[in-house]
Amino acid sequence: MLSQPEDLLLYEYDGSVEVARPDCVVFPGSTADVVEVVRLAAQHHVPLVGRGAGTGLSGGALAREGGIVTSFARMNRILEIDVENQRATVQPGVVNADLSLAVQHTGLHFAPDPSSQKACTIGGNVSENSGGPHTLAYGVTTNHVLALEVVLPTGETVRLGSAAVDPPGYDLTGVFVGSEGTFGLVTEITVRLVRLPEAVETLLAVYDLVDDATQTVAEITARGITPAACEMMDGWTIRAVEDYVHAGFPLDAAAVLLIEVDGLSEVVEKEAEAVAQVCTLHHARSVRVARDTAERDLLWKGRKNAFGAAGRVSPSYYTQDGVIPRTKLPATLRHIGEISRKYNLAIGNVFHAGDGNLHPIILFDQRNKQQFRDAVSAADEIIEFCIAAGGSITGEHGVGMEKDRLMPLLFSEADLDLMKRVRGVFNPMGLLNPGKIFPTSKGCGEIYVRPQPAGAVRSA
Amino acid sequence: MSRATSVISENLAAVLGSGQILTNPDQLRGYLIGGKTPQAAIRPGSDQEVAEIVRFARSEKLTLVPTGARTKRNMHIPMNEFDAALDMVRIDRVVAYDPADLTLSVEPGLRLSRLQGVLAEHGQFLPLGPPFADRATVGGTIASGVDSPLRQFYGTARDYVLGMEFVTGDGRVVKSGGRVVKNVSGYDLHKLLIGSFGSLGVITKVNFRTFPVVTSMRAFIALFDSAQDAVEMRHRIAQSPLRPLTLEILSPYAGELCLGDLARDAMDAKLPGGLSQGHWTLLVCFAGTGRVLERYERDIPLLARPGQAALLEEKTASVALARVQEFLPIALESSPGAVILRISVLPSEIARALDDGALAATREEIPWAAMARGVGVIYFALLPTALGGRSRVDRAVDTLFEAFPSGRESVTIAWRADPGGESLPLRKTSRNDLEQMRKIKHAFDPSRVFAPDPLAAWI
Repeated sequence: MLSQPEDLLLYEYDGSVEVARPDCVVFPGSTADVVEVVRLAAQHHVPLVGRGAGTGLSGGALAREGGIVTSFARMNRILEIDVENQRATVQPGVVNADLSLAVQHTGLHFAPDPSSQKACTIGGNVSENSGGPHTLAYGVTTNHVLALEVVLPTGETVRLGSAAVDPPGYDLTGVFVGSEGTFGLVTEITVRLVRLPEAVETLLAVYDLVDDATQTVAEITARGITPAACEMMDGWTIRAVEDYVHAGFPLDAAAVLLIEVDGLSEVVEKEAEAVAQVCTLHHARSVRVARDTAERDLLWKGRKNAFGAAGRVSPSYYTQDGVIPRTKLPATLRHIGEISRKYNLAIGNVFHAGDGNLHPIILFDQRNKQQFRDAVSAADEIIEFCIAAGGSITGEHGVGMEKDRLMPLLFSEADLDLMKRVRGVFNPMGLLNPGKIFPTSKGCGEIYVRPQPAGAVRSA
Repeated sequence: MSRATSVISENLAAVLGSGQILTNPDQLRGYLIGGKTPQAAIRPGSDQEVAEIVRFARSEKLTLVPTGARTKRNMHIPMNEFDAALDMVRIDRVVAYDPADLTLSVEPGLRLSRLQGVLAEHGQFLPLGPPFADRATVGGTIASGVDSPLRQFYGTARDYVLGMEFVTGDGRVVKSGGRVVKNVSGYDLHKLLIGSFGSLGVITKVNFRTFPVVTSMRAFIALFDSAQDAVEMRHRIAQSPLRPLTLEILSPYAGELCLGDLARDAMDAKLPGGLSQGHWTLLVCFAGTGRVLERYERDIPLLARPGQAALLEEKTASVALARVQEFLPIALESSPGAVILRISVLPSEIARALDDGALAATREEIPWAAMARGVGVIYFALLPTALGGRSRVDRAVDTLFEAFPSGRESVTIAWRADPGGESLPLRKTSRNDLEQMRKIKHAFDPSRVFAPDPLAAWI
C-alpha cells in the first residue's frame, strides 16, 4: 500500500489529460485480497477505483473523488492456456502483449491490440472495451471475452459468462465489458485466442491529397473488402512521426494509408491486389508493399508512436476519439481542415480510418489563453460534426471523466437513467469509480479540455 | 369477455384503431403460446404506440408477451401468466440502410427473409440464419438469441448488432449503442436484450453491421464411424489456417433426417460404398473465388481420411446448408413428443457430450438425433415415437443435466414439440450470477409487465 504524497503523485495521471489524486493505492495479490479491500472501502464508504497500467485515455483509472486506487500490478499471472480450445484465463494485471507472446509458439494470439499493448493490461482492456488497429477485422475486446470473475462493491465474488460459448441467461459479460470500472473489480478473465494468420501483407499508399486517401477508405468499405487494419496519417502527422521514428514515410505527402490484409495466402494475395487497385484508382502516388517483417514492423512502429511524436513537437495537444460512418470520412476530414484554418490551429489526423474512428490531435500552447479557448471550440465543433453525421463521441477511449459532459448529446434522459439503474444492479452505492461516464451537472453539453502537459507521451 | 379483454378493447382501441386489437377466439388461437391463449392480441404500429401500450398494461396490471411471426412458439421459455400478445409485425420498416457504410437500421416486425432480399440488391446480407428462416422476423431472431451455422465464421448477433432501441417495462423508449461499427459510448445495454425473449423490453429497432454476400459457396461432406472421429476432423480444421463458413456434425439419425437423399447422391457418386447406415456426418461450407476455392478443395480432403470427403457443388451445398440450418424444425416435426436440449461445451468436450447424450437416450430407449456446431453448441433431440413417454424423457433430461454440472458448460431445454404439455424438469445450477440477472430484470421491468421469464428455468 502507498499513501505518501510523493508516491501518490504517480497515480494522479493516466494517459489522458485528467488529473486526480487518490488517498492511497493498494496492490492486492489475489481475489481474496480484492474482496478485503472492497469490504473495507464499503464499510467506510470510501470510493474505490481499479487501475491497470494507467495507459487509459479518458481518466477511467483516476480517483476523481479521491479514495482507494486498487492497482492490479501484482495480479499479473496467466492462469491457464488451453490451446486445444483456443482459450486463456488471465489475471487482470497481465499485459496485453504478454499474453500474445506467451502463446505465440502455439500459433495463437490475443487479437485486440491497442497501441499501448506493450504496457496496457487485459483488465484495463476489459473495463474500457479497448480497440486497436486490427479490430477492424477481428473485433474489439468484447468480441473476445467469454467469462469474468468480478468482485462487486458488496464484497461478493461473481462469475459471469462461461468458457463455453452461449452461457444461458442474460449476457452479463457483454454488458460488463466496457463498463469502465463502474460495475465491479475484475479479478479473472477468460478470453478467446485467435489463430495467427498464415500470410500478411502491409501496404503503404501515399497521397498528394487528403481527399483521395479518404475516398479510398470509403471505397474499400463500400466494395466489402475488410482489411485486417486500415489506418490513415495526414501530412502533419507523417512529418512529426518521421522526425521521431524514421519509418520511411514520404515527408511531402498529404496523407498515407497503412493497410494490412491477412489470412490464407490465397485470400491475402487477392485482397492485396484489390486494395492496391482501389488506391490507384483514387490517385495514390505510390502503393508500396512491405518487403519483410522488419519493414512492416517499422511502418507499424511509426503509426503506433504517432501520439508520442505529437507530444514532441507541440507544447500541448488534445486528442479526440469521435466516430463517423465511413462514407462521411472525406467530408469530415475536409471539415476538420476548415476548423483548423478557422482557428489557425494545427490539427493532425492519425486514426483507424477503416472503422471511421477519428483521432484528431489539436495542437496549441496552453500558455496562450486565446489559443486554449480556440482549441476547446475546435474540439467542440469536431465532436458536434461527428454526432450530426450519425456517429459517436468515443470509439475506443471510453467516456471516463473526460467525455461525461458529452453524453447528453447522444443519449436521452431515459437512456442514461436506465444505464444508471443497470450500474445500480452491480454498484448500488456508487462506491466504484464515482464521477465517471454520467454527466455530473444535468443537461450540459459543453466540452471540457485540460491541456496535455508538455512532452507527455500517449498513444492511441 | 374477461376483464383483460374488455379493459384492453375499451382503452386501446381509440389509440390503435379497433382493427388492431384482436379479441375473437378464432383469431387468438394463432397466438397460442406455451399452450395458453392470450385474452387479446395488440398490434401497435410504432414505438410510441408500444410505449403507450406498455404504460397502460403497467397501470392496469396486465402482462404482455411480445411476438413476431411466432415461429419460436416451440421454444421452451418459462412464462408467467400473461394477458395479451404484443404483436410486432406491423412495425416492419427498414429505417435506414447505407450500403456503402455496411450499416442497417431496421424495425423488428420485418421478416428476415424479406430484409435479406433488400440487402441482396446491394450485394450484402446479415449472417443470421434462424430456424424457420423463411418466416422468422428480425425482432424474434434477436430476442430469442437463436444461432445459425454461419456463426462459425461470423460470430453471433452480439458481434454485429451495433445498437438498439427498445421499450422498457415502465413504457419508455430507450436506446443504447449506435449506428457506427465502433463505439464505446455508454453501456452496451443492447447485449442484454439479445436472447432475453422479450423479458426485459420490447425491441423496436435494431442497428446492424451488414456483410458482403457469400459467393461461390462449396461444401464437403464427410462420413465417420463415430462421433469421436468426426470431432477429430473438426479439431484438425480448427488447427489449420482454413476459415470455413460453417462446420456442423450430425449424428446418424440427424444426418438421415436432414441430408439423407443429398448425402446418398453425393457419396454414391464419389465414394466407393456410398452412404451406409450408422455414419456420423460432418458438413463444412466455405467460399471464395479462384485460387481460394482451390485451396479449400485441396486442403479439406487432406484433413479427412482418404476417400472420405465428397465435394458438394454450389447448388447442392446451399441446399445442404439450408437443411442443417432447419435441423430444429425437422427434428420437431419428426416426433410429437420431441424435446431438444441445447448443450454448450468447450470444443474438446463435444465428443464426450455427444456420447453422454447417446447413452442417456439409449438407456431410456428413446430415439435421438444430434447436431453439434464446431464452436461447441450441441442440439440434442430426444425423439420419442409417441407422446406419453414423458417420464422416460424426463429421466434422460435429468441424466444430461447431471452430466454437465459445472458453470463452464450448460444444458438447457431449448425446444419442445408440445409446448402445452406436461412441465419438464428444472435445472439445478451452480451459477452464482442469478441474483444479478434477477436485478437486471427488475431494472428493466420493475412491475413485471413482460411475461417471459427465462431465469425461471433454474432452481
